[in-house]
Amino acid sequence: MSTTAIDTQIALNGALNRNAPIRQSAGAQVTDYDNRQTVGKITVDNPKMACREVNVYYGQKHAIKNVSLDIGANEVIAFIGPSGCGKSTFIRCLNRMNDTIPAARVTGLIKLDDDDIHAKEIDVVQLRARVGMVFQKPNPFPKSIYENVAYGPRIHGMVNDKAELDQLVRDSLERAGLIKEVEKRMLEPGTSLSGGQQQRLCIARAIAVNPEVILMDEPCSALDPIATAKIEELIDELRENYTIVIVTHSMQQAARVSQRTAYFHLGDLIEIGDTDQIFTNPRHKLTEDYITGRFG
Amino acid sequence: MNKATSPNGATPPHERDIKTIVNAGLARRHAAERRFRWYGLTAITLGLAFVVLMFANIINKGLPAFWQTYIQVPITFDAAALDPEGQRDPRALAGADYNALVRAGLRQLFPKVEGRLPLRALSALVSTDASYDLQRRVLADPQLIGTQQEIWLLASAAVDTFVKGNIDRGLEEANRPIKDNQIDWIDQLRAAGKIERQFNAVLFRSGDSREPEQAGIRGALMGSFFTLLVTFLLSFPIGVATAVYLEEFAPKNRWTDIIEVNINNLAAVPSIVFGLLGLAVFINFFGLPRSAPLVGGLVLSLMTLPVIIIAGRAALTSVPPSIREAALGMGASKLQMVGHHVLPLAMPGMLTGSIIGMARALGESAPLLMIGMVAFIVDVPKSFLDPATVLPVQIYLWSDLPERAFVERTSAAIMVLLAFMILMNGLAILLRKRFERRW
Repeated sequence: MSTTAIDTQIALNGALNRNAPIRQSAGAQVTDYDNRQTVGKITVDNPKMACREVNVYYGQKHAIKNVSLDIGANEVIAFIGPSGCGKSTFIRCLNRMNDTIPAARVTGLIKLDDDDIHAKEIDVVQLRARVGMVFQKPNPFPKSIYENVAYGPRIHGMVNDKAELDQLVRDSLERAGLIKEVEKRMLEPGTSLSGGQQQRLCIARAIAVNPEVILMDEPCSALDPIATAKIEELIDELRENYTIVIVTHSMQQAARVSQRTAYFHLGDLIEIGDTDQIFTNPRHKLTEDYITGRFG
Repeated sequence: MNKATSPNGATPPHERDIKTIVNAGLARRHAAERRFRWYGLTAITLGLAFVVLMFANIINKGLPAFWQTYIQVPITFDAAALDPEGQRDPRALAGADYNALVRAGLRQLFPKVEGRLPLRALSALVSTDASYDLQRRVLADPQLIGTQQEIWLLASAAVDTFVKGNIDRGLEEANRPIKDNQIDWIDQLRAAGKIERQFNAVLFRSGDSREPEQAGIRGALMGSFFTLLVTFLLSFPIGVATAVYLEEFAPKNRWTDIIEVNINNLAAVPSIVFGLLGLAVFINFFGLPRSAPLVGGLVLSLMTLPVIIIAGRAALTSVPPSIREAALGMGASKLQMVGHHVLPLAMPGMLTGSIIGMARALGESAPLLMIGMVAFIVDVPKSFLDPATVLPVQIYLWSDLPERAFVERTSAAIMVLLAFMILMNGLAILLRKRFERRW
């Protein structure tokens, strides 16, 4: 175990016990609760996605307030924060899923590589093929396991013949670590799998179209600890090829899988930094209160 | 410890024993529950009793109509009378006097009958259709000419009614449609085994007629079939497309709210109003023919559309949003999302709604009266533009006629209509059971 991992462990222990002395020694630099300026470095050296001054409104409600943030290539970035803080809303901006909500309005700049995702020449279909998504509740299509994975390549016309498609489906299931479990039952409905398997099927479905970024909105909140561990392991492997954005309620999970962590509070991005730093040495009082379990 | 007391001096609520309090009220709660259950049971029993009563009544009245009385008569296909020129020319054969053959056959059975009136009474034993029956037989098989055959001829409605026991022998002769001498002949035929009840194929083979024994529901059935075909072909695709557009594509604003309220209201508009609309628009304005299944189908489509749209929208809303998100998240376009995922899941519900709407359309008569589908039509319709009537209207027409034989036919037609209704509703239930909740 590296030293940072040990530190993280200590921090997490502290999170379980709000009076642990270590938390009191690591004082925050921003102690003013009303200061909602983002603390930490929002930029990275090799950004995959860049968000600048993003605002989201649901009708009258201002759900995301002026958030600027870079997402680095091949990194896992975790969004944490209490319920209703806007982390899910923000992740849904990244592949324009908020378009499906009639009352939602998004302003600001979001770039994927060099493309403005709101630009006219970027079709939402293309964007969503490049930025895949895994949802909170496993939602396989009520079709066979094979069809679930084959759906994306098929609608985008990625393959030329059946053999190619078969291979792509197998590869995707393999990369999602599901192939051994479903090899013999490719034609059974995807809904017949267990919850954890369904979620890995959804990941296989997402990576079948070879996206650049995978968004995961609380992918483990409906799963048991063993299934969760498998998904986390998978996220770590997928980092090699993809950029992953994960929203999570579990601080332990964020600490385990991510390299950078962003803390949201009531629509504001309060703090962003390396995961180790956020959990060992939070610089904003709100972040500290949250990770030490004072609220959330 | 100073005990807190209520203003009236009793023990305060938080110090009373919850167990005794609950137990005291328990009997009352249980009684209320039992009472409600009993109300429900009574209501259902009463409802079922009426259904059973209705069915028993209809079946009791209608069942005899499926059997019809036939009389076996020896017919001599006399070559000299039928085909004097011996050419076997169909036109000459069709024009021959088959009535004479029937009369001769009957006289052969009862040679002692003399006089104009008794002979007429004798001929009245068989239906006026008997001579046409012989004509059809000869035209179909000219080999019959020159032979003598024992042929079962359709008895007249009066004889049929009497044989079925619906005319009392004890009535005065003048008060019954069948006379003393006819009763005598029938008894003789019966004794000789020359009178019997056969399956009433005429009922399913022919159109309407003024003679009950020749009247059938084929015309009404075909009319209903063509009308419903038009209704289905129009209202199902349009209804489903409307539901999909309103539910998945249309923006939610005041206009769509108004449209939605109007669709819901249309479903509650009395059906006769649609008939008036059809009369004014399709017949008077567009000049479509009266009494045609096409117009009937158009009118019933107007009536069925709101039902299908409402059922379709309900089916679409019941598809979980997670499926939509999954498809959109994969980069499916909106139409792909609907076509590949939402519609297949909503289809059973839509079909169920449509079938129930169609069953309602099948039983509808009021709007069709307005567009002239209430006429007396003997010919079986062969296309969407032929004059036609439909089953419920046929029932209405027959129920108005005084002959006893039409009473049982009315009930028989109701039975056929009910059979189709039950079949369609059964299909709807089957579809729902089969494809319900696959996610």
